[in-house]
Amino acid sequence: MNQDIFVTIEHLRSKVSELSYIMLAAAHDLAQGTGGEVVAIVLGQNAQGLTSDFNADKVLYVDHPLLSDFNPEAYTKTLTRIIDEYKPRAVIFGHTTIGMDTVGGISAHLGLPLVSSVRTIEANSKLISQICGGKIMAECNLPEPTALITLVPGGYKPEQGQSTQSPPVTSIPVHLEDGLRIKLNQYIEPETGDVDISKEPLLIAVGRGIQTQDNITLAEELAQAIGGVVCASRPVVDQGWLPTSRLVGKSGSTVKPKIYLAIGISGAPEHVEAITGSDVIIAINTDPIAPIFNIAKYGTTADLFELIPVLTEQIRNIKG
Amino acid sequence: MNIIVPVKLVPDLVEELSIDASGTALDTAWLRMIINEFDDHAIEQAILLKEKTGAHVTILSTNVEGVDDLLFAAAAKGVDRIIKLNGDIESGVNNHALSRAMSTIIRDLKPDLILTGVQAHNDLDGSIGPQLAEYLEMPYIGYISGVNVSGDKVIVRKEYPGGLIGEMQVSLPALLGIQAAEQPPRYVAISKVRQMMKTMSIEELDLSSLDSSGAPIVNRLFQPESGERATMLSENADEAANQLITIFKELGTL
Repeated sequence: MNQDIFVTIEHLRSKVSELSYIMLAAAHDLAQGTGGEVVAIVLGQNAQGLTSDFNADKVLYVDHPLLSDFNPEAYTKTLTRIIDEYKPRAVIFGHTTIGMDTVGGISAHLGLPLVSSVRTIEANSKLISQICGGKIMAECNLPEPTALITLVPGGYKPEQGQSTQSPPVTSIPVHLEDGLRIKLNQYIEPETGDVDISKEPLLIAVGRGIQTQDNITLAEELAQAIGGVVCASRPVVDQGWLPTSRLVGKSGSTVKPKIYLAIGISGAPEHVEAITGSDVIIAINTDPIAPIFNIAKYGTTADLFELIPVLTEQIRNIKG
Repeated sequence: MNIIVPVKLVPDLVEELSIDASGTALDTAWLRMIINEFDDHAIEQAILLKEKTGAHVTILSTNVEGVDDLLFAAAAKGVDRIIKLNGDIESGVNNHALSRAMSTIIRDLKPDLILTGVQAHNDLDGSIGPQLAEYLEMPYIGYISGVNVSGDKVIVRKEYPGGLIGEMQVSLPALLGIQAAEQPPRYVAISKVRQMMKTMSIEELDLSSLDSSGAPIVNRLFQPESGERATMLSENADEAANQLITIFKELGTL
């Protein structure tokens, strides 16, 4: 048992995720409290080069052909062994398609406590989680003996997890036998749509509040009038009302327009994390406590079905 | 093929949430509970597989208020067997306790494939899928938005950021965390649900003792401080439109 804070670095196709740096930043907050070091864990094949800008005291690196791409089974087995051997004070995972596929199995296998959706770490190692679509925060103590944590973005800046000094890398062996039950067949590239919403300067985004497929027209008319492009949050795309190429959020695009007009979007964390790079967010939502108003610059609780047609009409008049 | 779908009810986020007197839990008196949206997609994916391959689908949920409606609605969609799980559910049940207790019940049902929602918005101790998979010694993949059966394997589409998909294959039995079914969850008419209430019966099974270890103890719940809240415009549509026009002009868009 030691006081170190481990961070499970996430990388895909030779690129380290931004959240990995946020996890390193959070780890420093925790390590300050426990008095341990920040240790980055990297699993991969020929991936040592990814570690040069980590703000970490050291890196433990595991190289294996079966770890060349993310495989939930291979990652879970490998990380279970490392955590069991080193017994750090805490291990931080991303609350992501990678971290969430591994941490639960490790918790169940080793009988270690798990706190998910952690956003910040406060004094005395208090963990603050963001739940219920961002409407409720929960405070927990850092559980013993080894706390497994999943981190959501928003509490730290990625730059805090970067350093100009490369941390020392120690390679550690792993025994992974063939015969994994999960195998990656191939990657399928995202559909390329008619537009690349990540590069558009003016986005008209619609969410669950738009209610029906027919109502998408309201947003399209506004977009046409003002010279913007329509995009959407997850529920709208899952309904098949707009193609995946228009999806903003965790598994869609991250956008950084000059103006992001969010119509009927509540502001769930998976959506918010993809729009924080916008210059100005304007939110229209009848729920006055919708989390979107916490990140928007301007907001209104006016009914979108009344507001949007009036707004479109006025813009048309101005533009002639 | 035998498919098991464990699902749960969660607070409807459209309603205002309040914290109870203890300060560590939501006030349940006014909560409206709805099916976890990802579980709804898991049910849809199971029905789609039933339509394609003739699978037998069983749905399980804990016995809390609203569970009967949920189970009958699933039956109306095409689920073959509906089961509710009795136990000391109210006293702070969490995914660690539930997955441990459910694993013994599910093992007896001899599943080939388990589908469940990839997460729920009120999870505080991780999602239930990977924990359940570990207790059942099954492989787990989450964030799935497409499932095809191919012999003794399933081929799945796993979502990565930026719209990238990882096509993975996993040997059965396996547990999958569903992000989205291949089509939106189907709608069923109330009349069909009522018909199910008359013709179908809910089986009841007992959860063994619930052991919560592994889940954190909550010190307190609170609502996020809205320090940097948006500048609020008028709630009147015409006035708000005028204000937005002014803002668009200031930002150089108009």
